[in-house]
Amino acid sequence: MIRILYFARLREALGLAEESLEVRDGLSVAELMVELAQRGGQWQQEFAGCRPLRAAVNQTLVANDAHIHAGDEVAFFPPVTGG
Amino acid sequence: MTVRVQHEDFDVGVEIAALRRARRDVGAVVSFIGQVRDFNEGDTVSAMTLEHYPGMTEKALTEIVDQAKTRWDILDALVIHRVGELKPLDQIVLVAVSSAHREEAFSACQFIMDYLKTEAPFWKKEQTSAGARWVEARASDDAARERWNRS
Repeated sequence: MIRILYFARLREALGLAEESLEVRDGLSVAELMVELAQRGGQWQQEFAGCRPLRAAVNQTLVANDAHIHAGDEVAFFPPVTGG
Repeated sequence: MTVRVQHEDFDVGVEIAALRRARRDVGAVVSFIGQVRDFNEGDTVSAMTLEHYPGMTEKALTEIVDQAKTRWDILDALVIHRVGELKPLDQIVLVAVSSAHREEAFSACQFIMDYLKTEAPFWKKEQTSAGARWVEARASDDAARERWNRS
């Protein structure tokens, strides 16, 4: 089981701030994105690679080839705009 | 090295005085203040909401400050970033760096801001004359960060 968090514009577009999901151990971020896109609708639009998205695993920014393991906290969000 | 993410406003005078008086070998303090402006992309901005990722934001800011400390001979650094509802003229962020000589503090302060803009998980949603919208990331901010990889 992993925990997935969604932030900012992405959270609003999906209508979801967080969820828990059972996934294959060692799944990559890119593979998780494909899985989420398969939900269709907004999920397809957001995760099919048309819009820029950043991913973090256990609160560290990662590339899409990073691997995910049981108990991990994964987050997806748009490019940051603080400061 | 101090990193704070908070709703409350901050007193720049108090913060800088604390940094300046903390050590007798401080010869320079450089600070940057970011505030909410009343226009963006051609529209009037009446308010904005700053969202963050509790936990990761503090971690990212701490890592950025640590990198600055590795890179320059600085004595101390402070980052305060506000979240929640803000209005034009409200302070958003303070970065202050102390060092023995000014060059290190100037460079480290700019480095911290450039990395904060592109790597710390904060997002702005602004209320404008054209409606509410999420602020888009700027390519010029990525370019500002990239120059530190070349020097």
